[in-house]
Amino acid sequence: MEAVPRIYLDHNATTPLHPAVVDRMTVALREEFGNPSSVHHFGQRAKAAMDEARSATAALIGADPSEVVFTSGGTESDNVAIRGVAEALESGPRRHLIASAIEHEAVLNTLKALARRGWKTTLLPVDASGIVSPDALRAALTDETALVSIMHANNEIGTVQPILELARVAHERGAHFHTDAVQTAGKLALDVGTLGVDLLSISGHKFYGPKGVGALWIRRGLRLLPLATGGKQERGRRAGTENVAGIVGMGVAAQAARAAMAEEGARLGALRDLLEHGILRDVPATMVNGAREPRVPNTTNISFDRVEAESLLIALDLEGIAVSTGSACSSGTLEPSHVLKAMGFPPHRTQNSIRFSLGSGNTEADIERVVAVLPGIVSKLRSLTRMPVRA
Amino acid sequence: MMRIVVAMSGGVDSSVAAALLAEQGHDVIGLSMQLYPSAGAGQVASDDGQAFGGCCTLDDLHDARRVAAAIGIPHYILNFERRFQDTVVSNFVREYASGRTPLPCAHCNSDLKFSMLLERARGFGAEHVATGHYARVEQDGFGRWTLKRSADPQKDQSYFLFSLTQEQLARAEFPVGRLSKPDVRAQARRLGLTVADKPDSQEICFVPDGDYASFVARREPDLDRGGAIVDEQGRVVGRHGGVHRFTVGQRKGLGVSAPAPVYVVKIDAASGQVTVGPRSSLERTALTASGVNWIAVEPPSWLPVSAQIRHRHHPAPARVRALDSGRAELVFDEPQSAITPGQAVVFYDGDVVVGGGWID
Repeated sequence: MEAVPRIYLDHNATTPLHPAVVDRMTVALREEFGNPSSVHHFGQRAKAAMDEARSATAALIGADPSEVVFTSGGTESDNVAIRGVAEALESGPRRHLIASAIEHEAVLNTLKALARRGWKTTLLPVDASGIVSPDALRAALTDETALVSIMHANNEIGTVQPILELARVAHERGAHFHTDAVQTAGKLALDVGTLGVDLLSISGHKFYGPKGVGALWIRRGLRLLPLATGGKQERGRRAGTENVAGIVGMGVAAQAARAAMAEEGARLGALRDLLEHGILRDVPATMVNGAREPRVPNTTNISFDRVEAESLLIALDLEGIAVSTGSACSSGTLEPSHVLKAMGFPPHRTQNSIRFSLGSGNTEADIERVVAVLPGIVSKLRSLTRMPVRA
Repeated sequence: MMRIVVAMSGGVDSSVAAALLAEQGHDVIGLSMQLYPSAGAGQVASDDGQAFGGCCTLDDLHDARRVAAAIGIPHYILNFERRFQDTVVSNFVREYASGRTPLPCAHCNSDLKFSMLLERARGFGAEHVATGHYARVEQDGFGRWTLKRSADPQKDQSYFLFSLTQEQLARAEFPVGRLSKPDVRAQARRLGLTVADKPDSQEICFVPDGDYASFVARREPDLDRGGAIVDEQGRVVGRHGGVHRFTVGQRKGLGVSAPAPVYVVKIDAASGQVTVGPRSSLERTALTASGVNWIAVEPPSWLPVSAQIRHRHHPAPARVRALDSGRAELVFDEPQSAITPGQAVVFYDGDVVVGGGWID
């Protein structure tokens, strides 16, 4: 079988490692094997490498390094934030949690789990633009609300939430505010102070760092119980010997992302717009899902009428083009997007949408190729489908 | 060389089918159908009380994926849960509920594999779908597609394929149809496939514990009301827990004490009555069938055939003729035991499938 040239357009799922990350991690894996908690030279070397990574990670989000806790990734960060705050407040009067309906499963399923332990939970609706309204939050807040968790940018459609305003609304009622910034860290300039949040999750592999490492920023003074109990690592907030090489890799990735952000953001935004305009122009019956602004610059989510997203994804992969739909489950089959569902889209539209998420390796030639092959693929799929033509 | 989709179940037969086609230099795409939420192995209870893996950790799908990776072909899993539910499973439940004994594998072949899966395959530029069935498809001198028994009579699965139309057969490939099962396993070993010694699948895939009655009752709770077991003279000889628990010819689980063994000879879903009788009462010479598919040309008058009334039935000489509205009438030379409504009757001329239909 001939090898097809591959174009990777699924950077919101994960990114390739930045070359500098590979180089630095190789050193860490070979030489900085010491346990950072050890007193001797080997421990000190590992600790120093980690400290450097902590500063770089903190700088990416405008935080103080002492407030950054390393975790195993975005999911753990979300869990530590939500469960940690909930456990700390368990005996108090505040027993209510709020999140948006378009959160990542890491947040949604954590809320579900806590609901079974007696917590009240509210999911905020979004409108067809995919934006959470501060008024909806205001209406849902009560004096019992402990924590509000609303993602910074949505992974499927890329829309950016008005976090500053939402956090202010939450704070007015004395609730803490967490944001899952996994899809904005490394893409948008972040500053925890300006955002006004109390907790913020990020994940290394979304910005050219390694998988299996992330961070949670916790505002100084916020009380939160650790999920795993054990040693005193991470100031007692995350027990267990640290993933030193991963952390070091994320630090390098954070530094590289911060340095390239403005330029790369503009470049990706232009490519994304080229792709979006090309598809809307050349493929009939297509629509962009959600608000086009404010949005992370690398993402577009497009609905193709009378096309099964599952089929389109496979047909594109066979052409060497890697894209995704909403969430895949463990076998890799596709489920209707809960995000598009929450935006009020009818069932057919939650299953005909494809996410294109661009990244560092993509060029204008890539985008031109995608725009060139899509019309043929879509019209072939449409010619075979049993789906009815809609007015 | 052509682009071809292989329907990969994770078993040895479809794995070898895929590997052989790839070896011949075809551009092979592996597709697996996820048909129902998985249950059983590997489930972990989560703290929201739901079982993890509810959606898709079926081990067979992973086997298919591993085989595809080993032979270097792309592999995708398609979610056909809803379609499977709407066609195969609902038919299965409906048939049992009406006192018949369904044959879901045949429906799955014509309604999913060579219908929806084929349609998807064509969208991916593949005009043919291959499966691991033991059967042969050939084009005769007149351009008509014929379905034939496999070279290995022990494993022959043409019975389950009788409902494929000319259009479907034209796009079907059965790469292991000329091989015996031991050959297939030997090929799997030669190709280094991890599934070489995987046991053959048994029973009906979506009822892994084989308890069809409970499966049906969960979907049609009303059936559990039960009814009377009567003898051939209409005398009540017992009670039963629902017509869906019985199949014509069944002897076990009747709960009727009689001097000689009794068998289910008739199931009347409308009255809820199950009739039992001696083995001799199971014998019938004639049957009619519906939804008949003539793979060869529909016969103008009585046609001598050998007819098979269940997967493990030894085909018997008979005459068949077409009736109106897709029906057929068949008369055996000798009486046959337990002609079971809902099963297929398939008409053969030697190795060639002439046609078949659903027993009324």
